[in-house]
Amino acid sequence: MAENPINDYGFEQFLNEGKLMGSKCNGCETLYVPPRSLCPGCRQSEMEWAETAGEGRLAAFTSISIGTPAMIKEGYDRNNPYCSGVVELVEGARVVARIEGIDSMHPETVEVGMPLRVKFLNQGTDDDRGTVLAFSPIEE
Amino acid sequence: MYKKRKLGRGVAMVGAGMSKFDMFNDKDSKDLFVEAYIQMNASVDKGLDPEDIDALYLGNFTNDFFVQQSHWGAILSDSLGLVPKPATRTEGACASSALAFREGVFAIASGFYDVVLIGGVEDMSKRSTEEVAEGLALAASPYERKAGLTFPGVFAAIATAYFEKYGASREHLMNVTIKSHDNAPLNPKAQFNLAIRDMMAAKVKRAKSQGKAVPDWIDEKDFLRDERANPPIAWPMHLFDCCPISDGAACILLVAEEIANRFTDTPLHVVGLGQGSGRALHSADDLTYFEATRHAAKEAYDMSGLTPKDIQFAEVHDCFSIAEILHIEDLGFFAPGEGHKAVEEGLTRLDGPMPINTSGGLKCKGHPVGATGAAQLIEVWEQLRDKAGRRRVPKSDLRIGAAHNLGGTGGTCTFTILERR
Ligand SMILES: [Zn+2]
Repeated sequence: MAENPINDYGFEQFLNEGKLMGSKCNGCETLYVPPRSLCPGCRQSEMEWAETAGEGRLAAFTSISIGTPAMIKEGYDRNNPYCSGVVELVEGARVVARIEGIDSMHPETVEVGMPLRVKFLNQGTDDDRGTVLAFSPIEE
Repeated sequence: MYKKRKLGRGVAMVGAGMSKFDMFNDKDSKDLFVEAYIQMNASVDKGLDPEDIDALYLGNFTNDFFVQQSHWGAILSDSLGLVPKPATRTEGACASSALAFREGVFAIASGFYDVVLIGGVEDMSKRSTEEVAEGLALAASPYERKAGLTFPGVFAAIATAYFEKYGASREHLMNVTIKSHDNAPLNPKAQFNLAIRDMMAAKVKRAKSQGKAVPDWIDEKDFLRDERANPPIAWPMHLFDCCPISDGAACILLVAEEIANRFTDTPLHVVGLGQGSGRALHSADDLTYFEATRHAAKEAYDMSGLTPKDIQFAEVHDCFSIAEILHIEDLGFFAPGEGHKAVEEGLTRLDGPMPINTSGGLKCKGHPVGATGAAQLIEVWEQLRDKAGRRRVPKSDLRIGAAHNLGGTGGTCTFTILERR
Protein backbone atom coordinates (compact mmCIF):
# COMPACT_ATOMS: atom_id res chain seq x y z
CA MET A 1 0.00 0.00 0.00
CA ALA A 2 2.77 2.38 0.90
CA GLU A 3 4.20 2.09 -2.58
CA ASN A 4 1.36 3.80 -4.44
CA PRO A 5 2.41 7.37 -5.19
CA ILE A 6 0.18 9.95 -3.49
CA ASN A 7 -1.38 11.28 -6.68
CA ASP A 8 -4.08 10.42 -9.21
CA TYR A 9 -2.12 7.39 -10.47
CA GLY A 10 -1.99 5.93 -6.96
CA PHE A 11 -5.67 6.73 -6.44
CA GLU A 12 -6.57 4.91 -9.66
CA GLN A 13 -4.53 1.87 -8.67
CA PHE A 14 -6.54 1.64 -5.44
CA LEU A 15 -9.82 2.02 -7.34
CA ASN A 16 -8.73 -0.94 -9.46
CA GLU A 17 -8.35 -2.91 -6.22
CA GLY A 18 -11.82 -1.84 -5.05
CA LYS A 19 -10.56 0.65 -2.47
CA LEU A 20 -11.60 4.29 -2.10
CA MET A 21 -8.51 5.90 -0.63
CA GLY A 22 -7.55 9.45 0.21
CA SER A 23 -4.52 11.26 1.53
CA LYS A 24 -4.43 12.42 5.12
CA CYS A 25 -2.37 15.44 6.16
CA ASN A 26 0.03 14.68 9.02
CA GLY A 27 -0.29 18.27 10.19
CA CYS A 28 -4.05 18.91 10.39
CA GLU A 29 -5.39 15.36 9.78
CA THR A 30 -7.66 16.57 6.96
CA LEU A 31 -8.57 13.80 4.51
CA TYR A 32 -8.45 14.56 0.78
CA VAL A 33 -10.28 12.35 -1.74
CA PRO A 34 -8.96 12.21 -4.47
CA PRO A 35 -5.59 12.64 -2.77
CA ARG A 36 -3.55 15.81 -2.67
CA SER A 37 0.21 15.64 -2.31
CA LEU A 38 0.26 19.07 -0.66
CA CYS A 39 -2.22 20.10 2.04
CA PRO A 40 -3.76 23.41 0.94
CA GLY A 41 -4.54 24.17 4.60
CA CYS A 42 -1.06 23.61 6.07
CA ARG A 43 0.79 23.97 2.76
CA GLN A 44 3.01 21.07 3.72
CA SER A 45 3.49 17.73 1.99
CA GLU A 46 3.70 15.17 4.81
CA MET A 47 0.74 13.08 3.66
CA GLU A 48 -0.19 9.43 4.02
CA TRP A 49 -2.80 7.14 2.52
CA ALA A 50 -6.01 6.47 4.47
CA GLU A 51 -8.87 4.20 3.47
CA THR A 52 -12.41 5.58 3.62
CA ALA A 53 -15.46 3.66 4.84
CA GLY A 54 -16.88 4.08 1.35
CA GLU A 55 -20.12 5.55 2.65
CA GLY A 56 -21.65 8.98 2.50
CA ARG A 57 -24.69 10.99 1.53
CA LEU A 58 -25.84 12.56 -1.70
CA ALA A 59 -24.90 16.27 -1.58
CA ALA A 60 -25.88 17.23 -5.16
CA PHE A 61 -26.69 15.42 -8.38
CA THR A 62 -27.94 15.65 -11.93
CA SER A 63 -29.56 13.37 -14.47
CA ILE A 64 -27.72 13.90 -17.74
CA SER A 65 -29.49 13.54 -21.10
CA ILE A 66 -26.64 14.88 -23.26
CA GLY A 67 -23.55 13.19 -21.86
CA THR A 68 -19.80 13.28 -22.22
CA PRO A 69 -18.34 11.57 -25.31
CA ALA A 70 -17.40 8.52 -23.18
CA MET A 71 -20.94 8.18 -21.80
CA ILE A 72 -22.56 8.63 -25.21
CA LYS A 73 -20.32 5.78 -26.41
CA GLU A 74 -21.66 3.64 -23.54
CA GLY A 75 -25.15 4.12 -24.95
CA TYR A 76 -26.53 6.86 -22.71
CA ASP A 77 -28.80 9.42 -24.35
CA ARG A 78 -32.02 11.39 -23.98
CA ASN A 79 -34.03 8.17 -23.61
CA ASN A 80 -31.50 6.63 -21.28
CA PRO A 81 -30.05 9.38 -19.08
CA TYR A 82 -27.48 8.70 -16.35
CA CYS A 83 -26.84 10.34 -13.00
CA SER A 84 -23.68 11.92 -11.64
CA GLY A 85 -23.24 13.90 -8.48
CA VAL A 86 -21.32 14.98 -5.43
CA VAL A 87 -21.11 12.61 -2.45
CA GLU A 88 -20.15 13.79 1.01
CA LEU A 89 -18.28 10.92 2.66
CA VAL A 90 -18.80 10.11 6.34
CA GLU A 91 -15.20 11.28 6.85
CA GLY A 92 -16.23 14.73 5.58
CA ALA A 93 -14.45 14.83 2.20
CA ARG A 94 -16.56 15.22 -0.94
CA VAL A 95 -16.08 13.35 -4.21
CA VAL A 96 -17.68 13.55 -7.64
CA ALA A 97 -18.93 10.20 -8.93
CA ARG A 98 -21.48 8.41 -11.04
CA ILE A 99 -24.66 7.75 -9.05
CA GLU A 100 -26.33 4.43 -9.85
CA GLY A 101 -29.56 2.87 -8.67
CA ILE A 102 -31.59 6.09 -8.61
CA ASP A 103 -34.36 6.91 -11.07
CA SER A 104 -32.65 8.93 -13.80
CA MET A 105 -35.95 9.22 -15.71
CA HIS A 106 -37.63 10.82 -12.67
CA PRO A 107 -34.88 12.82 -10.98
CA GLU A 108 -37.44 14.98 -9.19
CA THR A 109 -38.16 11.97 -6.95
CA VAL A 110 -34.52 11.62 -5.85
CA GLU A 111 -33.74 12.98 -2.40
CA VAL A 112 -30.58 14.99 -1.79
CA GLY A 113 -29.14 13.75 1.52
CA MET A 114 -29.87 10.05 0.92
CA PRO A 115 -27.25 7.57 2.21
CA LEU A 116 -25.00 5.97 -0.39
CA ARG A 117 -22.31 3.31 -0.58
CA VAL A 118 -19.39 3.16 -2.98
CA LYS A 119 -19.22 0.81 -5.95
CA PHE A 120 -16.57 0.38 -8.58
CA LEU A 121 -17.61 0.29 -12.24
CA ASN A 122 -15.58 -1.45 -14.92
CA GLN A 123 -13.26 -2.84 -12.23
CA GLY A 124 -10.73 -5.21 -13.73
CA THR A 125 -11.83 -4.59 -17.31
CA ASP A 126 -9.57 -3.16 -19.98
CA ASP A 127 -11.82 -0.10 -20.43
CA ASP A 128 -9.32 2.69 -21.09
CA ARG A 129 -10.95 4.90 -18.46
CA GLY A 130 -9.96 2.40 -15.76
CA THR A 131 -12.21 1.84 -12.77
CA VAL A 132 -14.97 4.46 -12.50
CA LEU A 133 -16.01 5.64 -9.05
CA ALA A 134 -19.74 5.30 -8.39
CA PHE A 135 -22.18 5.25 -5.50
CA SER A 136 -25.60 3.69 -5.07
CA PRO A 137 -28.28 3.90 -2.37
CA ILE A 138 -27.80 1.85 0.79
CA GLU A 139 -30.78 -0.53 1.05
CA GLU A 140 -32.36 -0.13 4.47
CA MET B 1 -2.17 38.89 3.43
CA TYR B 2 -5.23 40.55 1.97
CA LYS B 3 -4.50 44.08 0.90
CA LYS B 4 -6.78 46.79 -0.42
CA ARG B 5 -5.85 47.41 -4.06
CA LYS B 6 -5.36 50.62 -5.99
CA LEU B 7 -4.16 51.58 -9.45
CA GLY B 8 -0.87 53.42 -9.93
CA ARG B 9 -2.77 55.90 -12.11
CA GLY B 10 -6.36 56.13 -13.25
CA VAL B 11 -7.62 54.32 -16.34
CA ALA B 12 -10.65 55.22 -18.46
CA MET B 13 -12.74 53.45 -21.08
CA VAL B 14 -13.23 55.75 -24.08
CA GLY B 15 -14.41 53.45 -26.89
CA ALA B 16 -16.37 50.23 -27.33
CA GLY B 17 -17.80 48.15 -30.16
CA MET B 18 -18.97 44.63 -30.76
CA SER B 19 -20.11 42.40 -33.59
CA LYS B 20 -23.56 40.89 -33.66
CA PHE B 21 -23.53 37.63 -31.72
CA ASP B 22 -24.89 34.68 -33.71
CA MET B 23 -23.84 31.50 -35.49
CA PHE B 24 -22.13 32.52 -38.73
CA ASN B 25 -21.17 30.07 -41.47
CA ASP B 26 -19.41 32.70 -43.57
CA LYS B 27 -17.42 34.65 -40.96
CA ASP B 28 -14.63 33.60 -38.63
CA SER B 29 -13.48 35.32 -35.46
CA LYS B 30 -10.99 37.43 -37.44
CA ASP B 31 -13.83 38.89 -39.52
CA LEU B 32 -15.92 39.45 -36.41
CA PHE B 33 -13.06 41.14 -34.56
CA VAL B 34 -12.41 43.51 -37.45
CA GLU B 35 -16.14 44.35 -37.34
CA ALA B 36 -15.99 45.02 -33.58
CA TYR B 37 -12.84 47.15 -34.02
CA ILE B 38 -14.45 49.32 -36.72
CA GLN B 39 -17.45 49.91 -34.46
CA MET B 40 -15.18 50.69 -31.51
CA ASN B 41 -13.32 53.20 -33.68
CA ALA B 42 -16.57 54.89 -34.64
CA SER B 43 -17.60 55.13 -30.99
CA VAL B 44 -14.64 57.32 -29.96
CA ASP B 45 -16.28 60.75 -29.73
CA LYS B 46 -13.25 62.83 -30.70
CA GLY B 47 -11.68 60.18 -32.92
CA LEU B 48 -8.82 57.72 -32.59
CA ASP B 49 -5.60 57.74 -34.56
CA PRO B 50 -4.74 54.01 -34.73
CA GLU B 51 -1.07 54.97 -34.63
CA ASP B 52 -1.65 55.92 -30.98
CA ILE B 53 -2.56 52.37 -29.94
CA ASP B 54 0.34 51.05 -27.84
CA ALA B 55 -0.69 47.40 -27.46
CA LEU B 56 -3.44 44.80 -27.85
CA TYR B 57 -4.65 42.39 -25.17
CA LEU B 58 -6.91 39.73 -26.65
CA GLY B 59 -9.05 37.26 -24.72
CA ASN B 60 -9.67 33.96 -26.47
CA PHE B 61 -10.50 30.66 -24.80
CA THR B 62 -9.77 27.95 -27.29
CA ASN B 63 -9.47 28.84 -30.91
CA ASP B 64 -6.87 26.05 -30.70
CA PHE B 65 -9.64 23.49 -30.24
CA PHE B 66 -12.60 25.09 -32.01
CA VAL B 67 -10.85 25.99 -35.27
CA GLN B 68 -7.38 24.48 -34.75
CA GLN B 69 -5.71 27.85 -34.79
CA SER B 70 -3.56 29.12 -31.98
CA HIS B 71 -1.58 32.34 -31.40
CA TRP B 72 -4.62 34.49 -32.09
CA GLY B 73 -3.29 37.67 -30.43
CA ALA B 74 -0.56 38.44 -32.96
CA ILE B 75 -2.56 37.17 -35.92
CA LEU B 76 -5.54 39.43 -35.17
CA SER B 77 -3.21 42.33 -34.48
CA ASP B 78 -2.04 41.94 -38.09
CA SER B 79 -5.68 41.99 -39.29
CA LEU B 80 -6.17 45.37 -37.61
CA GLY B 81 -2.95 46.82 -39.05
CA LEU B 82 -1.40 47.14 -35.58
CA VAL B 83 1.84 45.32 -36.45
CA PRO B 84 4.55 45.72 -35.06
CA LYS B 85 2.83 46.79 -31.81
CA PRO B 86 2.80 44.09 -29.11
CA ALA B 87 -0.16 41.71 -28.85
CA THR B 88 -0.82 39.38 -25.95
CA ARG B 89 -3.48 36.68 -25.67
CA THR B 90 -5.11 35.94 -22.31
CA GLU B 91 -6.93 32.73 -21.40
CA GLY B 92 -9.27 32.17 -18.47
CA ALA B 93 -11.91 29.97 -20.11
CA CYS B 94 -15.18 31.99 -20.42
CA ALA B 95 -13.52 34.85 -18.50
CA SER B 96 -10.70 35.27 -21.05
CA SER B 97 -11.51 38.82 -22.17
CA ALA B 98 -12.22 40.09 -18.64
CA LEU B 99 -8.61 39.06 -18.01
CA ALA B 100 -7.52 40.94 -21.14
CA PHE B 101 -9.32 44.03 -19.79
CA ARG B 102 -7.51 43.71 -16.47
CA GLU B 103 -4.11 43.30 -18.13
CA GLY B 104 -4.81 46.39 -20.21
CA VAL B 105 -5.75 48.36 -17.11
CA PHE B 106 -2.57 47.26 -15.34
CA ALA B 107 -0.41 48.11 -18.35
CA ILE B 108 -1.75 51.68 -18.34
CA ALA B 109 -1.84 52.03 -14.55
CA SER B 110 1.84 51.06 -14.40
CA GLY B 111 2.67 53.97 -16.69
CA PHE B 112 4.08 51.69 -19.38
CA TYR B 113 1.37 52.34 -21.99
CA ASP B 114 -1.14 55.16 -22.49
CA VAL B 115 -3.56 53.72 -25.08
CA VAL B 116 -4.48 50.03 -25.08
CA LEU B 117 -6.88 48.02 -27.20
CA ILE B 118 -8.81 45.19 -25.51
CA GLY B 119 -10.47 42.43 -27.45
CA GLY B 120 -12.33 39.21 -27.03
CA VAL B 121 -13.25 36.65 -29.69
CA GLU B 122 -14.59 33.15 -30.07
CA ASP B 123 -15.66 31.14 -33.10
CA MET B 124 -17.63 28.12 -31.89
CA SER B 125 -20.31 27.25 -34.42
CA LYS B 126 -18.05 25.54 -36.95
CA ARG B 127 -18.06 22.48 -34.67
CA SER B 128 -20.89 20.08 -33.81
CA THR B 129 -22.74 20.55 -30.52
CA GLU B 130 -20.96 17.48 -29.08
CA GLU B 131 -17.57 18.87 -30.08
CA VAL B 132 -18.34 22.28 -28.58
CA ALA B 133 -19.32 20.54 -25.34
CA GLU B 134 -16.03 18.65 -25.46
CA GLY B 135 -14.12 21.90 -26.03
CA LEU B 136 -15.82 23.67 -23.14
CA ALA B 137 -15.19 20.66 -20.90
CA LEU B 138 -11.46 21.32 -21.32
CA ALA B 139 -12.01 24.02 -18.69
CA ALA B 140 -13.60 21.68 -16.13
CA SER B 141 -11.61 19.53 -13.70
CA PRO B 142 -10.46 16.07 -14.87
CA TYR B 143 -12.37 14.43 -11.99
CA GLU B 144 -15.64 15.93 -13.22
CA ARG B 145 -15.20 14.56 -16.71
CA LYS B 146 -14.45 11.05 -15.46
CA ALA B 147 -17.62 11.12 -13.32
CA GLY B 148 -19.56 11.85 -16.52
CA LEU B 149 -20.26 15.46 -15.53
CA THR B 150 -20.73 17.86 -18.42
CA PHE B 151 -20.69 21.66 -18.02
CA PRO B 152 -24.48 21.85 -17.70
CA GLY B 153 -24.19 18.84 -15.37
CA VAL B 154 -21.93 20.69 -12.92
CA PHE B 155 -24.32 23.66 -12.74
CA ALA B 156 -27.27 21.26 -12.49
CA ALA B 157 -25.69 19.60 -9.46
CA ILE B 158 -25.09 23.03 -7.91
CA ALA B 159 -28.79 23.78 -8.50
CA THR B 160 -29.92 20.69 -6.56
CA ALA B 161 -27.71 21.68 -3.61
CA TYR B 162 -29.19 25.21 -3.72
CA PHE B 163 -32.76 23.88 -3.98
CA GLU B 164 -32.15 21.62 -0.98
CA LYS B 165 -30.61 24.35 1.16
CA TYR B 166 -33.05 27.16 0.38
CA GLY B 167 -36.27 25.43 -0.70
CA ALA B 168 -36.09 26.76 -4.26
CA SER B 169 -37.22 24.85 -7.36
CA ARG B 170 -37.09 24.74 -11.15
CA GLU B 171 -39.89 27.31 -11.23
CA HIS B 172 -37.47 29.87 -9.81
CA LEU B 173 -34.98 29.16 -12.58
CA MET B 174 -37.73 29.80 -15.12
CA ASN B 175 -38.09 33.35 -13.83
CA VAL B 176 -34.47 34.03 -14.80
CA THR B 177 -35.02 32.71 -18.32
CA ILE B 178 -38.26 34.65 -18.84
CA LYS B 179 -36.60 37.88 -17.66
CA SER B 180 -33.58 37.44 -19.97
CA HIS B 181 -35.87 36.77 -22.92
CA ASP B 182 -37.88 39.91 -22.11
CA ASN B 183 -34.72 42.06 -22.33
CA ALA B 184 -33.21 40.48 -25.44
CA PRO B 185 -35.60 41.84 -28.10
CA LEU B 186 -34.44 45.33 -27.07
CA ASN B 187 -30.82 44.45 -27.92
CA PRO B 188 -30.06 44.46 -31.67
CA LYS B 189 -26.78 42.57 -31.06
CA ALA B 190 -28.50 39.65 -29.32
CA GLN B 191 -28.52 36.17 -30.84
CA PHE B 192 -32.10 35.48 -29.71
CA ASN B 193 -34.54 38.32 -30.04
CA LEU B 194 -37.88 36.87 -29.03
CA ALA B 195 -39.58 37.08 -25.64
CA ILE B 196 -40.85 33.65 -24.52
CA ARG B 197 -44.46 34.64 -25.12
CA ASP B 198 -43.64 35.76 -28.67
CA MET B 199 -41.87 32.45 -29.26
CA MET B 200 -44.97 30.62 -28.00
CA ALA B 201 -47.21 32.64 -30.31
CA ALA B 202 -44.94 31.88 -33.28
CA LYS B 203 -45.02 28.15 -32.53
CA VAL B 204 -48.82 28.18 -32.20
CA LYS B 205 -49.12 30.05 -35.49
CA ARG B 206 -46.79 27.59 -37.23
CA ALA B 207 -48.69 24.57 -35.87
CA LYS B 208 -51.96 26.06 -37.12
CA SER B 209 -50.63 26.84 -40.59
CA GLN B 210 -49.20 23.33 -40.88
CA GLY B 211 -52.42 21.71 -39.65
CA LYS B 212 -50.61 20.16 -36.68
CA ALA B 213 -51.84 19.80 -33.09
CA VAL B 214 -51.88 23.30 -31.61
CA PRO B 215 -50.04 23.58 -28.28
CA ASP B 216 -52.24 24.84 -25.43
CA TRP B 217 -49.67 26.40 -23.09
CA ILE B 218 -51.44 28.66 -20.62
CA ASP B 219 -48.41 30.84 -19.83
CA GLU B 220 -44.62 31.07 -20.16
CA LYS B 221 -43.91 28.65 -17.32
CA ASP B 222 -46.35 26.15 -18.81
CA PHE B 223 -44.31 26.35 -22.03
CA LEU B 224 -41.03 25.89 -20.11
CA ARG B 225 -42.49 22.88 -18.24
CA ASP B 226 -43.32 21.20 -21.59
CA GLU B 227 -40.45 18.79 -22.24
CA ARG B 228 -41.11 18.81 -25.98
CA ALA B 229 -40.55 22.58 -26.06
CA ASN B 230 -37.88 22.62 -23.35
CA PRO B 231 -36.13 19.24 -23.13
CA PRO B 232 -33.81 18.35 -20.25
CA ILE B 233 -30.06 18.65 -20.92
CA ALA B 234 -28.83 17.81 -17.42
CA TRP B 235 -31.76 17.87 -15.03
CA PRO B 236 -32.74 20.32 -13.59
CA MET B 237 -31.02 22.29 -16.41
CA HIS B 238 -33.22 22.26 -19.50
CA LEU B 239 -32.57 23.78 -22.92
CA PHE B 240 -33.86 27.21 -21.84
CA ASP B 241 -31.60 27.23 -18.78
CA CYS B 242 -28.49 27.06 -20.98
CA CYS B 243 -26.67 29.69 -23.02
CA PRO B 244 -26.32 28.94 -26.75
CA ILE B 245 -23.33 28.24 -28.97
CA SER B 246 -22.23 31.59 -30.44
CA ASP B 247 -19.68 33.37 -32.57
CA GLY B 248 -18.76 36.95 -31.81
CA ALA B 249 -16.20 39.59 -30.96
CA ALA B 250 -15.94 42.64 -28.72
CA CYS B 251 -13.46 45.51 -28.64
CA ILE B 252 -12.71 48.21 -26.04
CA LEU B 253 -10.35 51.18 -25.95
CA LEU B 254 -8.67 52.01 -22.63
CA VAL B 255 -6.54 55.09 -22.03
CA ALA B 256 -4.79 56.81 -19.12
CA GLU B 257 -7.31 58.94 -17.25
CA GLU B 258 -5.12 62.02 -17.64
CA ILE B 259 -5.46 61.95 -21.46
CA ALA B 260 -9.08 60.71 -21.61
CA ASN B 261 -10.43 64.14 -22.62
CA ARG B 262 -8.49 63.88 -25.89
CA PHE B 263 -10.91 61.09 -26.83
CA THR B 264 -14.22 62.00 -25.19
CA ASP B 265 -15.88 64.28 -22.66
CA THR B 266 -17.71 61.34 -21.09
CA PRO B 267 -15.17 58.61 -20.32
CA LEU B 268 -16.02 55.75 -17.98
CA HIS B 269 -13.61 55.40 -15.09
CA VAL B 270 -12.40 51.99 -13.96
CA VAL B 271 -13.13 52.32 -10.25
CA GLY B 272 -13.29 48.70 -9.09
CA LEU B 273 -11.38 45.61 -10.24
CA GLY B 274 -11.57 42.19 -8.68
CA GLN B 275 -10.56 38.68 -9.61
CA GLY B 276 -10.72 35.41 -7.74
CA SER B 277 -9.99 31.73 -8.29
CA GLY B 278 -12.12 28.76 -7.27
CA ARG B 279 -11.74 25.05 -6.69
CA ALA B 280 -13.06 21.97 -8.45
CA LEU B 281 -16.66 21.07 -7.62
CA HIS B 282 -15.83 18.32 -5.11
CA SER B 283 -13.45 20.45 -3.07
CA ALA B 284 -15.53 23.67 -3.03
CA ASP B 285 -16.10 24.77 0.55
CA ASP B 286 -19.82 25.07 -0.23
CA LEU B 287 -21.84 24.05 -3.27
CA THR B 288 -24.24 26.99 -3.08
CA TYR B 289 -21.91 29.88 -3.78
CA PHE B 290 -18.85 30.71 -5.87
CA GLU B 291 -15.82 31.44 -3.72
CA ALA B 292 -14.08 33.12 -6.69
CA THR B 293 -17.01 35.52 -7.25
CA ARG B 294 -17.08 36.49 -3.58
CA HIS B 295 -13.35 37.22 -3.61
CA ALA B 296 -13.58 39.23 -6.85
CA ALA B 297 -16.46 41.25 -5.39
CA LYS B 298 -14.60 41.97 -2.16
CA GLU B 299 -11.55 43.22 -4.07
CA ALA B 300 -13.59 45.44 -6.37
CA TYR B 301 -15.76 46.92 -3.60
CA ASP B 302 -12.72 47.57 -1.38
CA MET B 303 -10.81 49.25 -4.20
CA SER B 304 -13.75 51.47 -5.16
CA GLY B 305 -15.02 52.26 -1.68
CA LEU B 306 -18.46 51.34 -3.01
CA THR B 307 -20.96 48.84 -1.62
CA PRO B 308 -23.43 46.59 -3.47
CA LYS B 309 -26.13 49.23 -2.89
CA ASP B 310 -24.17 51.72 -5.00
CA ILE B 311 -24.24 49.47 -8.09
CA GLN B 312 -27.22 50.62 -10.18
CA PHE B 313 -27.33 47.64 -12.58
CA ALA B 314 -25.08 44.74 -13.50
CA GLU B 315 -24.25 42.16 -16.11
CA VAL B 316 -23.60 38.79 -14.46
CA HIS B 317 -22.39 35.52 -15.96
CA ASP B 318 -25.61 33.56 -16.55
CA CYS B 319 -24.07 30.66 -18.51
CA PHE B 320 -26.83 28.66 -16.81
CA SER B 321 -29.91 30.11 -15.09
CA ILE B 322 -28.85 28.88 -11.62
CA ALA B 323 -25.55 30.74 -11.99
CA GLU B 324 -27.34 34.12 -12.20
CA ILE B 325 -29.11 33.40 -8.91
CA LEU B 326 -25.86 32.49 -7.14
CA HIS B 327 -23.95 35.47 -8.53
CA ILE B 328 -26.48 38.10 -7.48
CA GLU B 329 -26.11 36.72 -3.97
CA ASP B 330 -22.31 36.40 -4.12
CA LEU B 331 -21.99 39.99 -5.40
CA GLY B 332 -23.99 41.20 -2.40
CA PHE B 333 -27.04 42.48 -4.28
CA PHE B 334 -29.20 40.02 -2.34
CA ALA B 335 -28.55 37.95 0.80
CA PRO B 336 -27.60 34.26 0.47
CA GLY B 337 -30.74 32.27 -0.25
CA GLU B 338 -32.68 35.37 -1.31
CA GLY B 339 -31.61 35.55 -4.96
CA HIS B 340 -34.32 33.25 -6.28
CA LYS B 341 -36.98 35.23 -4.43
CA ALA B 342 -35.63 38.53 -5.77
CA VAL B 343 -35.93 37.28 -9.34
CA GLU B 344 -39.43 35.94 -8.65
CA GLU B 345 -40.49 39.34 -7.29
CA GLY B 346 -39.21 41.07 -10.42
CA LEU B 347 -36.49 43.00 -8.59
CA THR B 348 -33.94 42.17 -11.33
CA ARG B 349 -36.15 43.14 -14.26
CA LEU B 350 -35.20 46.10 -16.45
CA ASP B 351 -37.67 48.31 -14.56
CA GLY B 352 -36.83 46.80 -11.17
CA PRO B 353 -34.61 48.29 -8.44
CA MET B 354 -31.61 46.12 -9.46
CA PRO B 355 -31.67 45.38 -13.21
CA ILE B 356 -29.57 42.31 -14.06
CA ASN B 357 -28.45 41.39 -17.58
CA THR B 358 -30.22 44.17 -19.43
CA SER B 359 -28.44 42.88 -22.56
CA GLY B 360 -30.43 39.65 -22.42
CA GLY B 361 -27.49 37.96 -20.70
CA LEU B 362 -25.45 35.11 -22.04
CA LYS B 363 -28.71 33.17 -22.41
CA CYS B 364 -30.08 35.47 -25.12
CA LYS B 365 -27.33 37.85 -26.19
CA GLY B 366 -25.17 34.77 -26.84
CA HIS B 367 -21.94 33.47 -25.34
CA PRO B 368 -18.94 33.39 -27.68
CA VAL B 369 -16.89 32.52 -24.62
CA GLY B 370 -13.72 34.54 -25.24
CA ALA B 371 -15.74 37.64 -26.18
CA THR B 372 -18.17 37.58 -23.28
CA GLY B 373 -16.20 39.45 -20.61
CA ALA B 374 -15.54 42.41 -22.90
CA ALA B 375 -19.11 42.33 -24.25
CA GLN B 376 -20.52 42.56 -20.72
CA LEU B 377 -18.45 45.70 -20.13
CA ILE B 378 -19.75 47.08 -23.43
CA GLU B 379 -23.31 46.71 -22.11
CA VAL B 380 -22.28 48.76 -19.07
CA TRP B 381 -20.72 51.33 -21.45
CA GLU B 382 -23.90 51.59 -23.53
CA GLN B 383 -26.07 51.99 -20.44
CA LEU B 384 -23.86 54.60 -18.75
CA ARG B 385 -23.36 56.56 -21.97
CA ASP B 386 -27.07 56.53 -22.80
CA LYS B 387 -26.62 54.39 -25.93
CA ALA B 388 -28.79 51.47 -24.82
CA GLY B 389 -31.90 52.73 -26.61
CA ARG B 390 -35.09 50.97 -25.57
CA ARG B 391 -33.35 48.82 -22.98
CA ARG B 392 -31.88 51.79 -21.10
CA VAL B 393 -32.19 51.29 -17.35
CA PRO B 394 -35.00 53.69 -16.36
CA LYS B 395 -33.18 55.43 -13.51
CA SER B 396 -32.68 59.19 -13.48
CA ASP B 397 -29.00 59.47 -12.61
CA LEU B 398 -27.29 56.43 -14.12
CA ARG B 399 -23.63 56.62 -13.09
CA ILE B 400 -22.36 53.26 -11.77
CA GLY B 401 -22.62 49.85 -13.43
CA ALA B 402 -20.70 46.61 -13.08
CA ALA B 403 -19.93 43.36 -14.88
CA HIS B 404 -19.22 39.91 -13.47
CA ASN B 405 -17.54 37.27 -15.64
CA LEU B 406 -16.99 33.59 -14.78
CA GLY B 407 -14.64 31.07 -16.34
CA GLY B 408 -15.10 27.31 -16.39
CA THR B 409 -17.18 26.03 -13.51
CA GLY B 410 -16.13 28.95 -11.30
CA GLY B 411 -12.34 28.57 -11.48
CA THR B 412 -11.88 32.19 -12.59
CA CYS B 413 -14.25 35.05 -11.70
CA THR B 414 -13.90 38.78 -12.19
CA PHE B 415 -15.92 41.80 -11.10
CA THR B 416 -15.39 45.21 -12.67
CA ILE B 417 -17.08 48.46 -11.66
CA LEU B 418 -17.28 51.42 -14.08
CA GLU B 419 -18.33 54.97 -13.24
CA ARG B 420 -19.42 57.96 -15.31
CA ARG B 421 -18.51 61.14 -13.46
ZN1 LIG C 1 -2.98 20.02 6.70
